[in-house]
Amino acid sequence: MNTITRSNFAILTEQHYELRPVKRGYNMRTLYVNVGTRTIAEKPVSETMKAKFVGGKGFGLKLLWDATQPSTKWNDPENEIVIAMGPICGNTNYPGSGKSLVVSLSPLTDIPIDSNVGGFFGPYLKFSGFDALELQGKSDRETILFIDGNEGLIQLLEAPADLPTDTHILAEMLTQAFARDEKDLQNVSVVSSGRGAEVSPLGLLNFSLYDKRRKSIRVKQAGRGGIGHVFRDKKLKALVVRYAGTNQNSNGAVNPAEVQRLGLKLHREIIVNDDLQTKMRRQGTAHLMEVMNDYDLLPTKNHRYGQDPRGPEVASWVWEKLLSQHLPDGCWYGCTLACAHAVDHFELQTGPYKGQKVCVDGPEYETAAGVGPNLYVYDPHGILELNFYCDTYGIDTISFGTTTSFLMECWELGIIDAEFTGGIDLSWGNWKGAAQILHDMVEGKPFGLLAGKGTKFLAEYMVRERGADPQLMKDIALNGKGLEQSQYISKESLAQQGGYYLTNKGPQHDEAWLIFMDMVNNHLPTFEKKAEALHYFPMFRTWFGLQGLCKLPWNDIEPADNHKYPEPNKVPEHVQNYCDLYTAITGEPLTPEGLILQSERVYNFQRLFNIRRGYGHRKDDYPPYRAVGPVLADEYYARQERYDKQIREKIGLDPSAMSVEEKLRVIREYRMKQYDSLVDAVFERRGWTMDGCPTPEHLRKIGMDVPEAIETAEARIAGRI
Amino acid sequence: MIKYLKLDDSKCVGCMDCTAACSLLYFKEENPAKSAIQVQDVGNGKFLLVACDQECRKCVMECPTQAITVAKNGVVMINKNLCVGCLACVAVCPIGAMRFYPGLGYPFKCIACGVCVKECPKDALAIAEKEESPQSHQWAEVIAAVAKDKE
Repeated sequence: MNTITRSNFAILTEQHYELRPVKRGYNMRTLYVNVGTRTIAEKPVSETMKAKFVGGKGFGLKLLWDATQPSTKWNDPENEIVIAMGPICGNTNYPGSGKSLVVSLSPLTDIPIDSNVGGFFGPYLKFSGFDALELQGKSDRETILFIDGNEGLIQLLEAPADLPTDTHILAEMLTQAFARDEKDLQNVSVVSSGRGAEVSPLGLLNFSLYDKRRKSIRVKQAGRGGIGHVFRDKKLKALVVRYAGTNQNSNGAVNPAEVQRLGLKLHREIIVNDDLQTKMRRQGTAHLMEVMNDYDLLPTKNHRYGQDPRGPEVASWVWEKLLSQHLPDGCWYGCTLACAHAVDHFELQTGPYKGQKVCVDGPEYETAAGVGPNLYVYDPHGILELNFYCDTYGIDTISFGTTTSFLMECWELGIIDAEFTGGIDLSWGNWKGAAQILHDMVEGKPFGLLAGKGTKFLAEYMVRERGADPQLMKDIALNGKGLEQSQYISKESLAQQGGYYLTNKGPQHDEAWLIFMDMVNNHLPTFEKKAEALHYFPMFRTWFGLQGLCKLPWNDIEPADNHKYPEPNKVPEHVQNYCDLYTAITGEPLTPEGLILQSERVYNFQRLFNIRRGYGHRKDDYPPYRAVGPVLADEYYARQERYDKQIREKIGLDPSAMSVEEKLRVIREYRMKQYDSLVDAVFERRGWTMDGCPTPEHLRKIGMDVPEAIETAEARIAGRI
Repeated sequence: MIKYLKLDDSKCVGCMDCTAACSLLYFKEENPAKSAIQVQDVGNGKFLLVACDQECRKCVMECPTQAITVAKNGVVMINKNLCVGCLACVAVCPIGAMRFYPGLGYPFKCIACGVCVKECPKDALAIAEKEESPQSHQWAEVIAAVAKDKE
């Protein structure tokens, strides 16, 4: 099956709606679709909802809260996938303004996950008339949701039985099918998953954009937390939106000239400074590879080490040669930072598409690190092939990388062997073995299915079924709350350990990336400073998710004189840009302090969502020890000088008189105590109890005084949940 | 060959007849801020003329919707229907020849129409032709390099 037209889809139900332009960044209505009962309905957005939850992730969490019960499981029909945009989303001037926030109850963590994704779907959905899309229910047949934002038409369609699931084929076919003609192709965007997401809780959603130069679709990923698995469990095959007519003020800004001015200012800053700073326009986020390796921060062999002499084999200059150059590779119009690069004419060496030449989206840093050095893979081809298959099968490269590195370590430790893996050789560096896991997963082979369950499950499995040491498994399975850690070595940065594990959804770098501030620049010497950073930065970064923004244009490009400002880490001029941009679109004034307050409300609500579901205790915020310090003797020996020095200077013992086991033990005790003290300081700064619950007083103070929030906090403090 | 507006700064006396003609033709008003050709007073009775050279084509490469294309006569044109108003083209233009006006939803530039040439009393302006250059080809080479592989 290579081509398909709209006539191939049987209409299950359809509904027309009134078209209205976006005003001041809002539609003031959301779209509810139940794929089980085939209900389609509009919901108004109240002024309270707008004031308290702002948009994007805030709307997503509020809608998900209202739709589910504390006991709802990820695969219950009432679980939802909410895609929400935010008031700033969709403007074409300010770089990084095309993000959608996807929220659902995660099959990995059993708490809400939120994932920030580019592509054209979110902005087109917004211009079609909705601030968010709720998907609830479970269909009894393969279903496609189609929204035509010019016609005011919403359809639930039945997908033909032989329609492929893998994204690089499906999204292309659907784009062709739903565009009116060739000129209309760029007006269509598809959300799809893949065969891997059907069977694995590491499943993701791909959001497409049509690339006119390549004459094909590209995809960006809502990667974290298994939302693609929820999607396929609902028998959702794809979402398709069509909207023609995007213009400079589709967002209905109060002051479009100011939006233009702010956007142009940043465009110019990027064009002048990018080559001197992060080189995003040429290398994307993979520019970090050698920096991380040089600073001993690049995950190597399941985060055992942070560096390897082979690092330069996958350095940024290697990627720059492979990535096609001089293209406007943004994931939404007007993003001149353009980090969404691709490798064209890539010939696959394994799997069902072996021998075919494809366009590979990425690799982004997380992927290059996660399925690269973390698996001890230094072959760029291997990284690209794993990147491609993860994307098209709908598997998160971060979780897959961390899970596979865990399995490779189990292989090295003799816990699993070829008999167990169905013949797959999981020696460090064997990327074809890693690729075989993916292929076996989609073919339903036992080890492939098992490997797709994620690190938390596998660590418990290895203890139960393979007789592995429970403490060792707990130590080296790099996950928090069930979510795999992303790809920075946090061992030597207490602030980054907090940045990863004192998060609402699990260890994902989008909340707080403090590793440079803490380790390289030593800007956070005290607990109080670390706690302040672990308050400010997660709150500040949450705001991107409320607005439909990308984080990268905040600090991956900086004004040339940024270092002259107080607190250059915050990039004060850009913070002011965001306040001005918000005001230019919504007409509402906003200060940098008000910005933090908007985030703080939603951040605390998300914490309470965890609490409502029985989580959100202090104990849920602790890292596996591999994220904190050396687990194995050879890890110690690899950085003996550093650890011995710490024993001598910080702990006050003489390492020369100690065995390595003793040294590992005292380092561990010291570091976990440090982490404990950090948790105290952070909880205090965030206005939480020492068990991590926002106090009702704090909620009232920050204006998150909606009844369900106060009631949940009171119930936890009284011990009722 | 590339058709373009040839500028001779040494003859310019700053009368602004060219900017008036340009903005009148395209915006129905006399407003130098809405003219595709710019006359910049650099002092001492000298003026700098700025208009698109039609050759560097960085804007053609940067445009996310391919609203900016190269016509058969080599002139760089903007299709307003395809433009989303992002102004990335304004930022990448190395000489400031890609113009915008606050609140106007799309950029504008010289398309070598010649209306200003007729108005110039000092023969500082002329419509001319020049050869293609490596730079002027680059946009097409970039697209050819990423053309989709045949299955």
